[in-house]
Amino acid sequence: MAEITKDQVKHVAHLARLEITDEEAGQFTEHLSAIITYAEKLNELDTEGIEPTTHVLDLKNVFRKDEAKHTITQEEALKNAPDAQDGQFRVPSILE
Amino acid sequence: MSLLDHSIKELEAKLHNKEITSEELVKASYERIKEVDGDIQAFLTLNEENALETARELDKSGDDSAKLFGIPCGIKDNIVTKGLRTTCASQFLRNFEDPLYDATVVEKLGSEKAINVGKLNMDEFAMGSTNENSSFAAVKNPWNKDYVPGGSSGGSAAAVAAGEVVFSLGTDTGGSIRQPASFCGVVGIKPTYGLVSRYGLVAFASSLDQIGPITRTVEDNARVLEVIAGHDKMDATSANLDVPAYTDALTGDVKGLKIAVPKEYIGEGVDPDVKEAVLNALKVYESLGATWEEVSLPHSQYAVAAYYLISSSEASANLARFDGVRYGVRSENAENMIDMFKKSRSEGFGEEVKRRIMLGTFALSSGYYDAYYKKAQQVRTLIKQDFDKIFEEYDVIIGPTSPTTAYKVGEVIDDPMTMYANDILTVPMNLAGVPAISVPCGFASNGMPIGLQIIGKHFDEAAVYRTAHAFEQNTDHHTKRPDLGGAK
Repeated sequence: MAEITKDQVKHVAHLARLEITDEEAGQFTEHLSAIITYAEKLNELDTEGIEPTTHVLDLKNVFRKDEAKHTITQEEALKNAPDAQDGQFRVPSILE
Repeated sequence: MSLLDHSIKELEAKLHNKEITSEELVKASYERIKEVDGDIQAFLTLNEENALETARELDKSGDDSAKLFGIPCGIKDNIVTKGLRTTCASQFLRNFEDPLYDATVVEKLGSEKAINVGKLNMDEFAMGSTNENSSFAAVKNPWNKDYVPGGSSGGSAAAVAAGEVVFSLGTDTGGSIRQPASFCGVVGIKPTYGLVSRYGLVAFASSLDQIGPITRTVEDNARVLEVIAGHDKMDATSANLDVPAYTDALTGDVKGLKIAVPKEYIGEGVDPDVKEAVLNALKVYESLGATWEEVSLPHSQYAVAAYYLISSSEASANLARFDGVRYGVRSENAENMIDMFKKSRSEGFGEEVKRRIMLGTFALSSGYYDAYYKKAQQVRTLIKQDFDKIFEEYDVIIGPTSPTTAYKVGEVIDDPMTMYANDILTVPMNLAGVPAISVPCGFASNGMPIGLQIIGKHFDEAAVYRTAHAFEQNTDHHTKRPDLGGAK
């Protein structure tokens, strides 16, 4: 039985770049524990030596030439940006 | 009968004979939307000015040979459209007015002269089975507005069922085309993984996602798939194969067809009305000279657990791109960069999306990866082998699309585990990559439609369509329409 703690949930939220309230952390703890407990059903199966599926078709590496092509202009790239300045995306300070 | 109730082939003839113009057809679509969509809520964004302009150009062009000439359609809102808002039904993308390019499927529809009348509602980022996870409005089932249309392509299925468009595109990661098609009494196919390009589809779970058409008839469905399928160098997972003419496969002949019916798909947990409808469908096949036998897909019971681990893990990675830097809504309350990521995402994503990101991040995190993600991918191999084995002996697999008919609004939304468990009959096909269609096969005692699911071998959509079409041509379920009032 997988016991997930509230602290673990808060750590996962940080990794996922989500801000959650203490109340939400409680709720996620409950939901994730239930889902993970259900998922432990998979342990009934012996998968020793079974290859994990990474792709359902037997597709091998797909290569293409590395060529520069026009995609979008700088102006277009910035069109949907919440904030831009001097042709660049503007973001809050990274350093404290 | 509304103009939009006709099949594509019938409309093609009417357009060709100048009985109607494309402009009239597109206008009829918008009239119907104005009439019923206030209640149904299938559309998030309309493309009225452009669509009418395109229709007028087509009417003037004189060449009506394109496969979807002048046919009004709707596009699920997780498929990007140049110059037309694309939201994935998420507040995060509520102002994403111009994705800058058309998805390959949208381009292909355009080159065969279909007309995009607008973008269709869905569960946020395609996560959900009821459409109640749309952050804009919950879509209602045209057959009875107290019921959900299914999800996540609920808008795509409801718009077709309500006669707002002739066809739509949906996407299916774990049943999101087939289950709403089943709940709304229309036809929806999830093609073989790799048949249809995913370029321009906002990714949910990249190893499972496929785009497919939703229509009122099997023939229309085959025609639209012919248009959108095919290799695309912009999608490295798209299969490099020629696309057969699926409409040529609709011969009505299923004599000698070998059907497998997994006992797990008609056993415990399946509503008696649904089971009866499927058994009746099998009798139709018997009468047409096909044979069926009960088989077992022994790993079926593990599919839901494997699916939620794999799809949520992939989603947690795919949705990392929504950072509030390049597009989307940025939180105004952030003090620094990390804080900006966190606040923008937390304010922009709904509860179900956060839950899946959390589950996926957990399953991929250090120390848990082998126990959960890798284990699920190994079980996926076993599930795929179950299908391979059955297809050594049988042509198609048949069962219900969903264990039940549509839920009532509010019935399952607060209970994620029950909602997830009900995906039991649709997720195995995504895990195995095989094609599967849902076609109407009757109505339950509550008056809601039931869907029959037909599953084929990889890239054998022709057999899936032939089987579905033979059933449809010998029954009248697909001719029934919900009564929404208004013009007929």
